[in-house]
This record gives sequence, C-alpha cells and structure tokens, in this order.
Amino acid sequence: MLEIRGLHARVGDKEILKGIDLLVRPGEVHAIMGPNGSGKSTLSQVLAGRDTFEVTKGQVLYEGKDLLALSPEDRATRGIFLAFQYPVEIPGVGNMHFLRTALNAVRRKHEQEELDAMDFLALIKEKMRLVEMDQSFMNRSVNEGFSGGEKKRNEILQMAVLDPKLAILDETDSGLDIDALRIVASGVNALRHSDRAMLVITHYQRLLEYIVPDFVHVIAGGKIVKSGDRALAKELEKTGYAWVERPRA
Amino acid sequence: MSTPASTQTFEQLARKEYEAGFVTDVESEQIPRGLNEDVIRLISRKKDEPEFMLEWRLRAFRHWLTMKEPTWAFVKYPPIDYQDIIYYSAPKKRQALNSLDEVDPEILRTYEKLGIPLEEQKRLANVAVDAVFDSVSVATTFKDKLAAMGVIFCSFSEAVKNHPDIVKQYLGSVVPYTDNYFAALNAAVFSDGSFCFVPKGVRCPMELSTYFRINAAETGQFERTLIVAEDDSYVSYLEGCTAPMRDKNQLHAAVVELVALDRAQIKYSTVQNWYPGDKEGRGGIFNFVTKRGMCAGHRSKISWTQVETGSAITWKYPSCILKGDESVGEFYSVAVTNNRQQADTGTKMVHLGKNTRSTIISKGISCGRGQNTYRGLVRVNKTAQNARNYTQCDSLLIGNQCGAHTVPYIEVKNHTARVEHEASTSKISEDQLFYAKSRGIPEEDAVSMIVNGFCRKVFKELPMEFAVEAQKLLTVSLEGSVG
Repeated sequence: MLEIRGLHARVGDKEILKGIDLLVRPGEVHAIMGPNGSGKSTLSQVLAGRDTFEVTKGQVLYEGKDLLALSPEDRATRGIFLAFQYPVEIPGVGNMHFLRTALNAVRRKHEQEELDAMDFLALIKEKMRLVEMDQSFMNRSVNEGFSGGEKKRNEILQMAVLDPKLAILDETDSGLDIDALRIVASGVNALRHSDRAMLVITHYQRLLEYIVPDFVHVIAGGKIVKSGDRALAKELEKTGYAWVERPRA
Repeated sequence: MSTPASTQTFEQLARKEYEAGFVTDVESEQIPRGLNEDVIRLISRKKDEPEFMLEWRLRAFRHWLTMKEPTWAFVKYPPIDYQDIIYYSAPKKRQALNSLDEVDPEILRTYEKLGIPLEEQKRLANVAVDAVFDSVSVATTFKDKLAAMGVIFCSFSEAVKNHPDIVKQYLGSVVPYTDNYFAALNAAVFSDGSFCFVPKGVRCPMELSTYFRINAAETGQFERTLIVAEDDSYVSYLEGCTAPMRDKNQLHAAVVELVALDRAQIKYSTVQNWYPGDKEGRGGIFNFVTKRGMCAGHRSKISWTQVETGSAITWKYPSCILKGDESVGEFYSVAVTNNRQQADTGTKMVHLGKNTRSTIISKGISCGRGQNTYRGLVRVNKTAQNARNYTQCDSLLIGNQCGAHTVPYIEVKNHTARVEHEASTSKISEDQLFYAKSRGIPEEDAVSMIVNGFCRKVFKELPMEFAVEAQKLLTVSLEGSVG
C-alpha cells in the first residue's frame, strides 16, 4: 500500500529526513517512535503533502502511484488521512460544515452522491459515539476553544467519517490525560480494519499499550535505525532513546 | 499552491468573468451630456416635479459649484470630468406602469438573468422589489399588499407626486445637500430611487428590496432612497446593485436617508456588486455614496449591514446619528477588494442622546492588488451621558501585493462614555489552508470557506436569502486571488 524508498527531505537548508525506507501493507499498524527532533513529524507532514518541506531524494509509492506528485487534497481524496499533532482552529467555520464539505469532496472523487445535511447528520451521530463526543461540538467552529483532548477526539472523528485507507496519527497522545487517551485509543482501535493501514507516530510507549502495533520502528537523525515488533517499544521504555542518539552525538 | 495543477485552476478561475456584466438592448431616452441649470430643469421637467423639488435641486447645484471634490480618502483615480457624463437615461416607452406586463420584456429578462424575482408569480419569495434601471424605477412589486397595511413602497418619483408632504418633511433632513460634494451633486441631479414609509405601529411583513442596475454607457447613476419608520414600526430593507462590464469608468453617487422615530427599527442591508473593472483596473464603477440614518426618537434602532464586493472605487460610510435617548446604531460590514479595486469604507456613530449604544463590526478582505481601508468615526457629544461603543475591525490579507488600512477616529466629550476598539490584521493562514486541503477540500473551496468563516459575524446579520447570495458572491470575488 505504501512504500517509502530512500526518502530525503529538508526545510530551508536543513536536512531532516536522511533516507527513510518503509513498507506498509493493508491492515498493518506501524508505530514510529523516536526522540524529539528525529524527523517523525516531518515524515507525517511530507506524506500528507505539506509544501514547507522539500523532498530532495527518494520516492514514495502509494497504491503503486507516485504519491509525491499529488496535491494534499488529491492525497486525501485517495484515502490518506493525517491526524494533526496540533489541530488547527478555523474561526467562524462550523465543525459540521467543515466535515461535510470534506466528506463530499471525497465522495465526489469516488463518484458517489454527495450527502445532504440530513443524511450527514445521521452518519455523524453514529461516528460521534466512537469518540464520546456530543452534538454540541458540531455547532462550534472548527477546533475553536476546544481543549487539547477535544481537539484530538475531533481528529479521530474526522478520520472515522472520512474512512481513509492509510491513517497517519501524529503524536495523537501528546497533551492527553489518561481518560482522553483511553477514549482516543478506543476510537482508533474501532477503526482498525484489514483494509486500513495505520502509521502511529509517538514519543512514548504509553499509547502503544492501547493501540497495539504490528511493527515498531525507531527513527533517529532522520533515518530508521531499528525495526522490530512490540517488544522493541517495551525495550525503549526501559532504556530510553539515549542509545539511539549517542552514536550520532 | 506550488503544484502546477492548482496554479492552472487559479488562472482559469481568474479569467472567469463578472457574471452580471452583460448589456441589455433596450432603447433609451437620454439627454445630452454635461451639467448646468438647464439640465437640472430638464430632469425636473421630465419627471414632472412640483416646484419645491426643482428649487431644492437648483439650490443644491449652486452649492455644489462652490465645493471641491474631497481628497482625504485613501483611493486614487483619474479626475472625473463632470461635464462628460450623461445625467439622465431612461428606458423608452415608459408611462405610469400599472403592472409588470407593461414593463419592457428585455428589462424583465435582465432582472431574471440576475436572479431577481420581479414576476408576480414569484411572490412566494415574500420580498417586495423595486427595480431601478439606469435612472428610473421600472417596477415595484407587492404594492397593493403593502398599501393595505399602510406601508408606502414606491419609486422616489411617485412619492414626490403622490406623497409630497412626507417627502418635503424628510428630504435632506438627514443628509442635507450641503453635507458633502457627492451628496450635493446627487441632490441636484438624482433621477429616481426608492421611497418607503412605514406608519405607526406597523411591522412590515416582508423584506423590501431595491435592485439598482446601470445599463446605459457613459451615464451616471444618482439615486436617492428615503425610508421613514414612524413610532413602534419595523422594516427590513435590502439593496442590490449590478452593472455591465464597460471599459470606461462610470460614476454612481447615491444618497440614502433613514429616519427612525420612537422605538422604530430599520434594518438596512446592502449587497453591492457593481462592476469592479477588469484585472488591470480598466473600467468599473466609481461608487461615492452617502448613507446616514437618524435615530430620532427614544429607543430608535438603525442597523446597517453591507457586503461590498464590487466597484472600482468605493467611498462609503453608512452612519447613525443617535439623537434619541437609548437609541442604538449598528454597522456590520464586509468589504472585499481584489485585482485593482480600492475601498475606503466604514461608518460614523454620533452619540447625542443619553444611554445610546453603537456597535461596529468591520471585516476587510484584500487580495490581488486591492487596497482596503476602514475609516470610522465614533463621536460622543457632551450631552451623551453613558454612551457606549464597541468597535471591532479585522483585516484579512490574501497574497502579498494588497493592502489593509485602519483609520479610526474617536472623539469623546463626555467622561461617562465607554468606547472600545479592537483591531487585527492577519494573513490567511497556511496552517488553516493545509488543514482543510489535507481533508480533501480543494484549495479554492478552502479559501472561500476560511474567508466566509472570517465574515460570519456579519453574514449572520443578513436576512437568510441575502446571506446565501452574499456568500456566493464572496466566493466569486475571491476567485483567482490565491495561487
């Protein structure tokens, strides 16, 4: 589904990704761990198409196509979803309106009929239960005045509605208390599916207690330095990231 | 923004034409270009006016001759040759029209193209419409239904003939012809406009609406609107404007006067979409408008809402004089400038009465090479005990060749006043844009959604149907603004 080969990316003169290789198949959940500044978030932004980052080398194939040639909106309508580390506030734009516009953009792409407000309401009600949100969220502006936990739940709600093939969760656990973390994680788990792959980016092992990955990769200095299974995450918890950083220091 | 695909879309969108830019082929009756007392006499005679109107016009004209065109606004335009303008143009074959059947079908088609329901069968829309084509009013709908409630809604010309006493009493009472250069010019040569009178205790059951259309070339349009709301009455009034695309600039200098008596409320909404000129700034309407409301009584309320997307030059400050105690003035504005458009717009809130309140919400959006200035005056006079004003001015910049300017004037002569002013200028955020795009929303839709969100506080003041129209118009005006 997703194949990353020797991916290099920079922002300005600063090279951040220095040769990432990764293969993700449908249904797999990959955790990407690493210390601050290792390039985890950059990877997620590059995959979603943020133009702040310039890809200098390498290739990304998504369903056999050159992903990097596509605009962010094209990537999204083809099934890529990024849950933001810092969800963005859009004052004056209703959450419901935003999400319906997004869903209809995806539906148009797949030549499905657009949903009107009533049909959408029925759909969203069901999805909101997943993340324990009540309907008052829908009448508020996108993320405006939401608490940290509410913003992250809103991201997962968007994911549930847009039904992506590849979901990238960028530090979805950051800033969450234990209750919010549980809600978010159970929302994500409910969306695990044999057709859907997930990239779970996190600094802490904690999230992986709830969202159990099939593979764990450690990224440091812009490269994947170690891959393994769940045991690797546990090991990291004990040893910290010092061992991956030291050789480069 | 950087992908070739989206650049292309924007170029295509940028070429999209001004949708109201067509010309209607009707025979019109015009007078020779130029302005002098004879021309004014001719206009007055054509309109079969009573003596008092002609005298008023002539006094205004003589005063205008002593005045100078104002230059303080932040707009640049070539000098206007006032002798090179045709001051009166009317579609031919016009007698007193009794029904829409008598209106030239070409004109009806024009309004149809613009999506304005003039036909009686569209009465379900529940909006009474007065349509002004070039210099004259061509049709007013729902007259009978309104008359049954005592509401007078007709063209200004008819009002002068049929209700001269009301006209005499209020004409120039809020905007005297001495007020400013363009108001004086308007008073001298205005040819028509709308008139509305709501008697005591009547809540006008439908929205009243006037659509102004400039059709003829090289003519100026000078209309005048007068709305009087007696004690305990209410009226909501909508105004829309369009013009064909022409290479030469056309002058539009209108005057609107509102009078609200005790506890009366007037809600005045405008969607201004005069032809803005082309990408290089050729053509377009010069829009110099004086709009003012008098809150004359106890607890009178006047609310202005405007969405300004058109015109090459906009010079416009819908204002409120809060004379009555506890009267309320409001101004909600969205002004968009794209390409080479320039807007200098805002309001004046003059507090005279005790416990008067005013609110100003202004949203300026600049893109292309547009220049957008908010200019507003809040004045609290000595007599205005406990006056309150809240002002919020936000500017949004799209691209890096446009400009936004805020010029607030605050004059307070009573120490009990409370005046608050908040202002912000921001660029459309890359984060917001990327967030929307990463959800599959195409860039131009994302921009329009974000800008609409920015304007929401103003749009929600508009009557429902108008709000939808305003949003669509905003989207069209923004096309080609990013890329």
